[in-house]
Amino acid sequence: MSELLKVENLSKYFPVRGGLLRRARKQLKAVDDVSFSIARGRTLGLVGESGCGKSTLGRAIIRLLEPTAGTVALEGTRITELTRRELFERRRDMQIIFQDPYASLSPRRTVGQTLLEPLETHRMMTPARRRDWLLELLEIVGLREHILTRYPHEFSGGQRQRVGIARALTLKPKFIVADEAVSALDVSVQSQVLNLLRKLQREFGISFLFISHDLAVVQHISDEVGVMYLGKIVEMTSASRLFARPLHPYTEALMSAVPVPDPARKSSRIVLQGDVPSPIDPPGGCPFHTRCPRVMEVCRVTPPPTVNAGSTEAPHFVNCHLFPVPNTEEDV
Amino acid sequence: MTAPVGKKPVLTVKELVIEFQTERGVVRAVDGVSFELYAGQTLGIVGESGCGKTVTCLALLGLVPTPPGRIVSGSIELNGRNIVGLGDREMRNIRGRDISMIFQEPMTALNPVFTVGNQLCEVIRRHTDATRRQAHAQAVEMLAVVGIPAPAKRMGDYPHQLSGGMRQRVMIAMALSCNPSVLVADEPTTALDVTTQAQVIEQMVLLQEQFDMAVILITHDLGVVAETCEDVMVMYCGQVIEQAPASGLFTRPSHPYTAGLLASIPRIRRERLQELPVIRGMVPDLLSLPMGCRFSTRCEYADQRCQAQIPSLRTATGTDAAVACFKPLGEA
Repeated sequence: MSELLKVENLSKYFPVRGGLLRRARKQLKAVDDVSFSIARGRTLGLVGESGCGKSTLGRAIIRLLEPTAGTVALEGTRITELTRRELFERRRDMQIIFQDPYASLSPRRTVGQTLLEPLETHRMMTPARRRDWLLELLEIVGLREHILTRYPHEFSGGQRQRVGIARALTLKPKFIVADEAVSALDVSVQSQVLNLLRKLQREFGISFLFISHDLAVVQHISDEVGVMYLGKIVEMTSASRLFARPLHPYTEALMSAVPVPDPARKSSRIVLQGDVPSPIDPPGGCPFHTRCPRVMEVCRVTPPPTVNAGSTEAPHFVNCHLFPVPNTEEDV
Repeated sequence: MTAPVGKKPVLTVKELVIEFQTERGVVRAVDGVSFELYAGQTLGIVGESGCGKTVTCLALLGLVPTPPGRIVSGSIELNGRNIVGLGDREMRNIRGRDISMIFQEPMTALNPVFTVGNQLCEVIRRHTDATRRQAHAQAVEMLAVVGIPAPAKRMGDYPHQLSGGMRQRVMIAMALSCNPSVLVADEPTTALDVTTQAQVIEQMVLLQEQFDMAVILITHDLGVVAETCEDVMVMYCGQVIEQAPASGLFTRPSHPYTAGLLASIPRIRRERLQELPVIRGMVPDLLSLPMGCRFSTRCEYADQRCQAQIPSLRTATGTDAAVACFKPLGEA
């Protein structure tokens, strides 16, 4: 499997200003030393609660936000070192789908104008070919030709999200960040859009970073899954492994909190106490120790190392003192 | 619906019809909805955007914006009194005392310029003869009841100083402060993270038992319904299409739409499917509804009769479910 995207030690800090001179007094570590890679045609799901930094991570990867430290490489090209001009060229390979297509589509442009613009700015295809490609695109995302002359407000939520997806596809990208792309949709529309994303991946071999707070959706769409808490990835492995045997107490609690549409299921729920702490002053030691049902003395003091609790062929990375560093295995 | 022996319903809705005047014509948002609700019962109302679930509940509190909205016909009996057509002054006495509502986004429902304590006391003093001091004591007690730590201290906080979960608890405290017989909760946990949602749901279930209230829970999350409701009402295009005990509805749905909805949700820890089952097509425009059954345009079982006549709600053979369908599932 060839690697498409490689993220190494990526961090994004925001200065928190305050005081008389509005100087930066503290750092908000939205993304803190995150590393992973995504293979061609695969999907990495990213789950976590509001404020855990998952959206910031998605934006930092495609440099919609400038990362504070670390590198991102797409097919070996270091995205993080490109000049503005080079980045502009490279943007055609990296696209993003947002949660609310209504907010991300210009209300004053027809769908046709919105879809055509990226092709014009990147000088891709002849005008005649562009038209054919747009029609093909509409067909792929399940919209009809007449919508090209319509405005975003004329559509339902599901149709707008299809337009958002078509817009992300116009430049034939290799990598797409889908940030809560189905979260605003009704159940029956959501399943249609999820199937569409899977189809696109099969047909075009696109890699996805799929960000969502919905664990069931992430399980359905992802090959690998990373769980984020306060800016760090605390557990990462294949979707099947993660959902069958979560290791991190936070992952366990998250999964048990998901309500299941089956009244017969007697839930053995782990209800976490309290709220997620502020990322401006994250707790010392393990950031999860304030809410962890299995907290130990060491957790309050020392940040846990990331260990591979799986095998070399089927890695299962976890960031927790319950899983000590084995001597034989490599620390990542 | 299972009517408890010898008990009178606290709420009886009969043949409720609500219309809205729009630029494009008159939309019938609620079309002949009837149901009964008993003390201690939780009724879940599910359906997708625009199905009329929220409008139905706004009507229960006399909150349908008029104009453009209008209750055309039907009755709403709350504790034996028809509240349709009551004046503003009378409705204000009923709201908060006999029936309360909590909303999806507590930040927009709470007043940002008053403290939590201020807003809680206002409700209590509006409906009871409590003195300032008594109201304050009662407000602190309510905050404790809904599980807010250090309630006396929180009384002086403004809504923006609280987390999302805490704000929703304040809303619940406010709604319950005058011990209403009916609580309407419109997507109360949708804006919350899963771990917070689990806390709030747990609290709501406890409180309902404690106060012996009747609860109407509106949600799009079938998982939440399965965990909290005894009875479920499924709405589609303004009509009730299925009404059944939760235990039966989730295992043996009668209406093809209910079955389709249940099948299309990805579920955690279930084998990953290549494609999710979908309900084809879209919810029809309320201004150009199909002639017969409103689901007939999307239903795989629809025949000529379904396209010509509207099925009325009747008991499905061999079940406790009422279903509006000519060919319910499980009935050959």
